[in-house]
Amino acid sequence: MTERLSGGEMLIRALQDEGVEYVFGYPGGAVLHIYDAIFKQQRIEHILVRHEQAATHMADGYARSTGKPGVVLVTSGPGATNAVTGIATAYMDSTPIVVISGQVANEFIGSDAFQETDMVGVSRPVVKHSYLVRSAAEIPRIVKEAFYIACSGRPGPVVIDVPKDTTDPNVFFDYEYPETVSLRSYAPSTRGHSGQIRKAVAALLAAKRPVLYTGGGVIQGDAASELTRLATRLGFPVTNTLMGLGGFPGDQEQFLGMLGMHGTFEANMAMHHADLIFAVGARFDDRVTNNPAKFAPDATIIHLDVDPASISKIINADIPIVGPACSVLAEIDRVVEAKMAEDPDALDARALADWWRRIRGWREEHGLDHDQRHRKGLNGSLLPQQVVQAVYRASNGQAFVTSDVGQHQMFAAQYYKFDAPRRWINSGGLGTMGFGLPAAMGVQFAHPDGTVACITGEGSFMMNMQELSTCMQYALPIKIINLNNQALGMVKQWQDMQYGGRHSHSTYRDALPDFKALTESFGHVAYRIDELDELDDVMADVFGAKHKNDLVFVDAHIDAEEHVYPMAIKGGAMNDMVLERVDGRDDIRDDL
Amino acid sequence: MRRLLAILLENEAGALSRVIGLFAQRNYNIETLNVAPTEDETLSRVTLSTTGDESRIEQITKHLNRLIEVVKVVDLTDGDHLERELMLIKVRAVGDMREEVKRCCDIFRGQVIDVTSDAYTIQLTGTSEKLDAFIRALDETAVLEVVRSGVSGIGRADKILSL
Repeated sequence: MTERLSGGEMLIRALQDEGVEYVFGYPGGAVLHIYDAIFKQQRIEHILVRHEQAATHMADGYARSTGKPGVVLVTSGPGATNAVTGIATAYMDSTPIVVISGQVANEFIGSDAFQETDMVGVSRPVVKHSYLVRSAAEIPRIVKEAFYIACSGRPGPVVIDVPKDTTDPNVFFDYEYPETVSLRSYAPSTRGHSGQIRKAVAALLAAKRPVLYTGGGVIQGDAASELTRLATRLGFPVTNTLMGLGGFPGDQEQFLGMLGMHGTFEANMAMHHADLIFAVGARFDDRVTNNPAKFAPDATIIHLDVDPASISKIINADIPIVGPACSVLAEIDRVVEAKMAEDPDALDARALADWWRRIRGWREEHGLDHDQRHRKGLNGSLLPQQVVQAVYRASNGQAFVTSDVGQHQMFAAQYYKFDAPRRWINSGGLGTMGFGLPAAMGVQFAHPDGTVACITGEGSFMMNMQELSTCMQYALPIKIINLNNQALGMVKQWQDMQYGGRHSHSTYRDALPDFKALTESFGHVAYRIDELDELDDVMADVFGAKHKNDLVFVDAHIDAEEHVYPMAIKGGAMNDMVLERVDGRDDIRDDL
Repeated sequence: MRRLLAILLENEAGALSRVIGLFAQRNYNIETLNVAPTEDETLSRVTLSTTGDESRIEQITKHLNRLIEVVKVVDLTDGDHLERELMLIKVRAVGDMREEVKRCCDIFRGQVIDVTSDAYTIQLTGTSEKLDAFIRALDETAVLEVVRSGVSGIGRADKILSL
């Protein structure tokens, strides 16, 4: 027997039928019918946020840490526009979220009604797809399609704009949730072209100076174990993009660290000197390639991506493969295994040994463990790198780590060695300050027993710190590590390096709150650290049994003069990097 | 390089705005745009002329295909094709000019579809170059108003764009 449900009830029932556990949202006039339907059920838990942007980041953090779609519910007008930054964040990093926004009733659309915004129009450039519900009867089909589109192919955010009249509690419909979707115009690739795969294998086996350059596609595509198996079989060096960290275990000898603007010396040098680059689920972002015209001059490029539009967008691919990373890497591994069984000398072992010798040379010359990086701060204060290393030790490398945007993000990416996918959660594409705390909350909801650390800076933290209240309401035991340099550190770094040290609007030294008192006022636990000596003891407490159920805020006052190195030199090739500050100035090495 | 793309699109509210939005968002150029439902009323067909080198056109095609409501995209300029544009043009025609404009219209195989005591409205179909040539052939000061449909295109012979 089919049930008779109102539009609002159908919407919530459809979410239940999709297996949704949490909806992150904020009520308002246009969604009150939907909120009433939420009130009358128990299967979905609604999380009341303090700002709609945070709701989208929570859903995003939930999605990134689980692979399941995150769901957001906001009202029309300002509720919807507040969500846009979070939608754009999810779009740039290809994460599956479904955002349901209220809308004024169909009959008022276009009349500049109270809290009316053309949400489909406003969000159009930053969604994978969007829907405006014209009649309640469409709701089950639209929800089904929205989840399918959000999660399949290259994932991304989908908006469903729901006019108030379509959720009228007094009008009932036969509810049936569709089992399948039929979209004639949307058929994401499910496997790679076998001819291209054979070509790729031949190129891999012939390589003398190969690099596996892998990105967020390996994480989102659940291909980390396939990547690790293939990389281990080949013995090739692996570098990850900012989005790809955790795709290959970060503590392995074979791992070169992150590449790109603040990538390791060895990773960037290896990329520049490679004769073969196998890009997997990475998109040759400008923060990776530096000047595309000077990118890896000798390299043959194999590019595997689920999205054909990513291939040959910036750097021309010699061997393009369209398909999901997971199945294509597995297929490549099968073919490689067979070839190596046929011919034990299939790989050029001598060339590879030479290649590794060069890479180890670079690692010794300027690896992340370079002595320089362990010095005390210039004025005897704490270094941000030391704080991240302490977090890594205290959490046994097993935490989910979210970050905001800036220097702290780069330090976290460089020094926390992720050994599994979906552990490192940051806004890489859009670079959204304010992402870290709400994303950590989404992760904590998804993993109630997991250790979740948010490595942030005071600038980013202040962009969404109202969510400390939400953390209090839902008792989320997040560990917030605030790398406090009393400045917008990355902006300041650029001003130091490129604008003659003129700190135009990047500091606010005398206008910061007492973060310890601030967090404590929300009922949370807080520490302040100024000295290296205190660091490990405090971190042991923070990540130990003592504060298992507490939100702990660590206000770490770090050396405000510290810069992130290496740093790519603008307009250069990947081997053009500033490596360290010498005598108070940034040493630009162009002799490499 | 000028390119003519034929796009089959779900005939739904908002679908066209995604196509146009894509061009604006990715800094692609639209020279002409022509759209109407096809014989299958669930589909619209767009003919769009744009410019760019090969890699740019490849990117445009890929990004168009990424739109959920885009069913098919074909670059008509890849092969033999026909293209036509419709122009309605209002021309001042008084005294001796009336005969001259009519003669010019005949040469270009146009049709006068509306007449007043001092103007003709002429309908002309052809390639965009032919329409340009007709405008040039007229006395510049005589042209009162021009409306052009944008190019419609179709592949030659048995090349068919359908589902």
